[in-house]
This record gives sequence, C-alpha cells and structure tokens, in this order.
Amino acid sequence: MTAVGIPRIRRALAASALMVSAALASASAWANPEPWQLNMTPGVTQTSADVHYLHMVMLWICVVIGILVFGFMFVAMFRFRKSKGAVPATWSHSTKLEAAWTIIPVLILIGSAWPATKVLVAMADTTESEMTIKITGYQWKWRYEYVDYFGKSTGVNFVSSLEAQSNRTRQLRSGLDPAAVKVGDYPSYLLDVDKPLVLPVGVKVRFVITADDVIHAWWVPALGWKQDAIPGMINSTWTKIEQPGVYRGQCAELCGKDHGFMPIVVRAVSKPEFEQWLAGQAPAPAATAAATIAPTTAPQG
Amino acid sequence: MAHAAVHDDHHDHHHAPQGFLARWVYATNHKDIGTLYLVFALLMFFVGGSMAMIIRAELFQPGMQLVEPEFFNEMTTMHALIMIFGAVMPAFVGLGNWMIPLQVGAPDMALPRMNNLSFWILPFAFTLLLSTLFMPGAGPQGGWTLYPPLSMQGGHSTAFVIFAIHLMGISSIMGANNIIATILNMRAPGLDLLKMPIFVWSWLITAFLLIAVMPVLAGAVTMLLTDKYFGTSFFNAAGGGDPVMFQHIFWFFGHPEVYIMILPAFGIVSEIIPTFSRKPLFGYQAMIYAIASIAFLSFIVWAHHMFTVGMPLGGELYFMYATMLIAVPTGVKVFNWVTTMWEGSMTFETPMLFALAFVILFTIGGFSGLMLAIVPADFQYHDTYFVVAHFHYVLVTGAVFAIMAGAYYWLPKWCGNMYSERWGKIHFWSSTISVNVLFFPQHFLGLAGMPRRIPDYNVAFADFNMISSIGGFWFGASQLIFVGVIIHAVYSSKKRATAEVWEGARGLEWTVPSPAPHHTFSTPPIIDDSKLAHGNVTH
Repeated sequence: MTAVGIPRIRRALAASALMVSAALASASAWANPEPWQLNMTPGVTQTSADVHYLHMVMLWICVVIGILVFGFMFVAMFRFRKSKGAVPATWSHSTKLEAAWTIIPVLILIGSAWPATKVLVAMADTTESEMTIKITGYQWKWRYEYVDYFGKSTGVNFVSSLEAQSNRTRQLRSGLDPAAVKVGDYPSYLLDVDKPLVLPVGVKVRFVITADDVIHAWWVPALGWKQDAIPGMINSTWTKIEQPGVYRGQCAELCGKDHGFMPIVVRAVSKPEFEQWLAGQAPAPAATAAATIAPTTAPQG
Repeated sequence: MAHAAVHDDHHDHHHAPQGFLARWVYATNHKDIGTLYLVFALLMFFVGGSMAMIIRAELFQPGMQLVEPEFFNEMTTMHALIMIFGAVMPAFVGLGNWMIPLQVGAPDMALPRMNNLSFWILPFAFTLLLSTLFMPGAGPQGGWTLYPPLSMQGGHSTAFVIFAIHLMGISSIMGANNIIATILNMRAPGLDLLKMPIFVWSWLITAFLLIAVMPVLAGAVTMLLTDKYFGTSFFNAAGGGDPVMFQHIFWFFGHPEVYIMILPAFGIVSEIIPTFSRKPLFGYQAMIYAIASIAFLSFIVWAHHMFTVGMPLGGELYFMYATMLIAVPTGVKVFNWVTTMWEGSMTFETPMLFALAFVILFTIGGFSGLMLAIVPADFQYHDTYFVVAHFHYVLVTGAVFAIMAGAYYWLPKWCGNMYSERWGKIHFWSSTISVNVLFFPQHFLGLAGMPRRIPDYNVAFADFNMISSIGGFWFGASQLIFVGVIIHAVYSSKKRATAEVWEGARGLEWTVPSPAPHHTFSTPPIIDDSKLAHGNVTH
C-alpha cells in the first residue's frame, strides 16, 4: 500500500463509521419511549415507516379540517354576538351546502383509504419469510421459540420475563426509585427483560403468535405493529428490521394483575452476529420445554 | 275545556303525591322519574369519578405507591361500568323522561308504571355491582369489556356482575319501549314527526338502538355465565369454542352502545345552539338523516374494536371503510351546528358555553376516532392511551358536557328558579380547562408507546402522566361546583324563572310555567306551528 493510499482509506473508513453510528444513534434515540415524547416515530422497519406516514397524513387532514371548522366557529362567536348588535338571519337550510359537505368528505376519505389499503395488504403478506419465531404469551411472561432459521429447525426456546431490578422496584411501596433502573444511559424501568428476543437485521422474520392462558398482545412500537396472542388461535405476522438496535415494547391486552409487568425486548443484530449468537444457544431439550415455569413473584424478605 | 271533578280518582291530580313513599318510591310521574334518574346519575358520576381519582393517583408517578395491581384493575373495570351504565345512560334517560312528554305535548310517558320499574331496578343493580368489590374472590378485574378467558378467572363476583348487567339491560329495554310508544302514539294532534324537536328524534332513534343491542349484551354475558358455571365452551378453545367470538358478540352490542351514549347528546346540543343563536337549527331534515345514518352505520362497524385479533384481510378492509364512513354524517352535524351559529345573534350563557365546548371538543374526539379507523395506524394505537384519550374526549367532553348543558338549560323549567350564572360559568371554565389538561396529554402518551390498563409505567411516560393526574384532580373537584349550583338553584335561588326562560327558546316545553306543574298537557295543547322550533315543514 502506498503512503498516499492509507490516509484515503482511513478517511473512507472514518466516514462510513460515522454514517453507521449516526444511523444507529438515530435509530436507537427514537426507537424507544423518550420523556415528553409527543408523536409516534418512524421506527426501524418499512412497515413502521409506512404506518408513521399514514398517521401523519391523517393527522394533518384532521388539523386542517379542525382549523377550518374551529376558525369559522370563533369568527362566528366574535362577529355574531347579540352584545355587538348582531341581528339574526332567518335562513335555515341549503341542499347545495349539505351536498357539498357530504361529497367532499367522502372524497377525502376515499383518498386516505387508498394508501391505507396498500399498506395493510403489504403487512398481511407473510410469504417468503426466511425464519419463523413462535411467540407464546403467558401470565405474565413471553416464550420465544426459534422454530426455524433459513429452513433449519434450531431447537432454541426460552422464556423472557421482566428483569429483576424492575421487578423489585415495582413492588407496592418498595421505596426504590424507578429512575435508577437503567441499561447504560437508557432508563429501562419496566421495559427490560432477562432474556431478549434476538433477531437478525435485514431478514424477513415470520412470527406465529399464540397464548397459553388468556389473551395477551405482543407490541414493539419500533417494528410498527401489534398482534393479539390468543389461546387456541395462531396469528401470523412478519417483520424485517432495517437497523440494528434494542427495541422495547409491552404487552398490549389486559391479561391480569401483572399485565403492566411483562415487557418485550428485541435485540436486532447483524446476520453474522445473529448466527454466532444462535450457535451459542443450547437447544432446549423437549422435557424442559414442557416443564412448568415458575411465575414472577415478589422476592421474599 | 274544564273537566268536572266527577271522575277524579282517590286523590287530587293537580299536586304531587304527599309523602316520600307515595311520591318517589311509587312515582309514576315522568317529571319525578326524570328527577330520580338525574339524581341517581349524578351520584353514580361521583362514585365512578372517585374510582378515576384512585386511578389517576396511582398513575401520578412511576412506581407503585397506593394500590396493588389487582385493585387497580378492579378500579378501571368498575369506573367504566359505573360511568357507562350508571351515569351517562341514566342521565340521558332522565333528560328524556323529563322533556319528551313536554316537548311532544303528552301528559306523561305511555307506560308510567313500567317507567317506575325501569328506574327502581337501577339502585338495586348498582348496589349489587358495587358490592362485588367487597366479595371474597375480589371484584371484576378484566375490564368493562369482560373478555374471556380473563373474565373467567374471577371469583363468584363474576356471576353478580353478570346479574347486575342483566338488570340494567332490562331497565334500558323497558325504558326504550316506553319512549318509542310515547313518541309514536302520544304526540299532540298536529305535532307531526317532522316537526318534532331534534332531541325527541335523537331519543326515538336511540330507543331503537337500545332494543336492538341490549339483548345481544345479555346473550354475551349469559354465555360467560354458562361457560363459568354450566360446562359450556362458547369461548373456551380447549372445549372447541372461540374467545374471539365473545369479542364479536360484545362489540356488536358495544359499538351501537357508544352511539346510544352520544345521539341524545347531539339532540341536546341541537336544541341549545339555535336558542342562544336566536336562529333556527340549520338543516333540520339533514340533521335527522344524519342521526339515522349514524344509527344504521353503528351496526356494521363493530370489529374496529378488534383490529388486532387476527381477522382476515378482507374483514379488516371492510371494517376500515365502513368505520371511516361514519365520519361523513357526523361531519354533516358539526357543519350544521356551526352554520346555525353563523349570522345568528349569540349570547353565551352556561348552557351555550357547554354546547359550544361540546362541538369543539367532541370534534377533536372524532378526529382521533378517524385516525383510529385507519387499520395499519390502529396497530400502533390499539390498546394504548391514544384510545383512552379518544373515548374520553367523546364521552366526557362529548356526552357528559351535553348532559350538563341540558341540565343548565332545562333546570329553570324543572325547579322554577334561575341558577347562578356566575357559578355556572365558573363550573364551565374550570371543567373545560381541567378536562383538557387531563385528557389531551394522553394522546401523546399513547403515541409514545404507553399501553392502557397498566398501573405503572416507564419513567419516559412520567411527565404527561403527572400533568394528566393534576388535570384529573382539578376536574373532579370542579364537579363539586356543579352540585353547589344545582342545590342553590333548587333550594335558595331567589331569581324566579319565566315560562320562556331563554329569549329565543322555542317549543312546547317553554309554553308551560316554570316550575312545570306536576301534571302538564292533561289536555293536548293546540299546536301553533310558528311557536315550534321546527314548525315550518319546508325547511
């Protein structure tokens, strides 16, 4: 390598490292809830970005209509007051006006239903997925089974529960400070688990979702969807995560006393890193998978 | 034409019955029964409101400070059951009982004794419901929506909740029958359907909704009962049943139910805005068509409460389109109210303030409802505080504000005295500002990722939760002003009300004295179209 080549390569490496970390930072900065957060974020999948777009379109339509309607109201309340000497008109109907403000809203609705339909159709298409995860909701934890990865069954199967420090802190009158529960810089109270779901980036993952006892719902906002976990039913959906990072969610269907205490954590890593992790997971023997699981209880003493 | 006293029965009809038992327990007079419903509803509003205070107190800060999660879930469940079935619905029935006979020129409701039973079922039903909080095995904790299998995990309180719901349903069905019979059969000669006040129209249509769907709720909860106690498996997958079927049946009731809770509100606001604008309601017939369309559509959109259960794509798309459609007639109503105001001559007494706040804030609730209709977006909103914000906007700043507007509007007719306008306005402003502090931040919480029905949350959600709780305590306290205004008006106010009460008020109820005599329109009134709000059928 010549003396000129090295600085150029170093600059290129530095630039790409900067871009990757910027992407990472922007992904993780808003992938999980932040204080004073006002709005949904675009998330880390094509689905979540599409959903965010639909949300913003509908929001702006509502804002514009609101400004118009409330604007007329406030003008009326100001101009047509008896105290200002307003004399009331006597007219009280107009078929033309009724037709106009029936037809125009219908057109606006058709215009918004069209992109919504396209997004929903895309979300429903679970075909050509490359791996399958089975999610089972329990009172009050999740089980994740790596059913297959690129056609090969893995035997990896584990339970994911609220992590211990959050669980101690959330006990009634524990006196412990929720803000003290952190993962690195991120205050993770009630949003962290002992064993996260690890997934590869850029791979279409199919989920089959069910429950063992009552209805739960699996929701990670950064992925852009939630799905009910219903005993006796298997729901299927999919995701393809574009950015590595840690994405946190919660159960989203009332399921009993600890409904608020069974979070979800997805750790998305590069494909090679995922395969390395997968290889390191001991496949669960059939006996252990069927054994009873100890519930998350208050620590004694 | 004067009647001789020849066939007067056992007592003088011109005065109310003497004695508490005779007047209130054996009430058959629509005014007294209306009063009973309204007082009961106000009491239940405070009971349900206290539960909300407990909820907001626990949610004031992250961490669990006050109550166990099980009790918190009892509070959220009961808060909804009490507010829906104990406060909002009885309040509308009370307003209907008081005003429908007066507005159509009828001497009373069609079936006065059944009317009595309809009311008196309620204190028993709610005593039973509230007693479940003290039963061994604890009260209901599965949400007012009672989804199985979770609702099957409760103790024997489940059976009593189901029994209470049956009682409330029977009360509503009988009341609805009474209202339809009254409106269709007992209008004064000359008061055609298309000359009726909009409040009467709104109740006519609501009554049909009630008869259609309360039996469906009864069926759904009976299936829960038999699943729990009699070995059926309607909703138990292991026995060949389907938990999702409960949701379909429940929401087939539940969606029309929310329209049952808003259509009479539309009616009330359509009475008040024209009065205080001194201008006829714009688009009377369009308004009736809009109420009827909303009622019809309400039957075919139920699954928008279930978008995440795993319905087939076609089902989800259909329910999305049908749900979006409801925005059209609802929008028509809002535009008509605003156009009623336009080129009017407005004054802003307390009823008008509540009615105008209704239009603005209910519309905001309607906007979040339209956003919720979009299925892919709903996957992010469903079961979050965004939904909680939506339905509280339409129910509190919608239904409850309309009820308060109606109470202020008609109170002088009921008790013969003017309420304190100063304190009414204080109640209004305090309520309006605090209700927005309470519920607007909940939109942000939902969008940021906070699920509903949780007693504790991550510190990222702390700031808006604290603000919301402060709004909650302030709103709750503001309602004490309302009680004070009413007590003062009824018992202490020296300002006598005229028959007309409000300049610009039109309709039969304003032709009788204030307070309205115990018996009115014993002889049907002669209808003068020019004195009605909608006497001119060409508009």
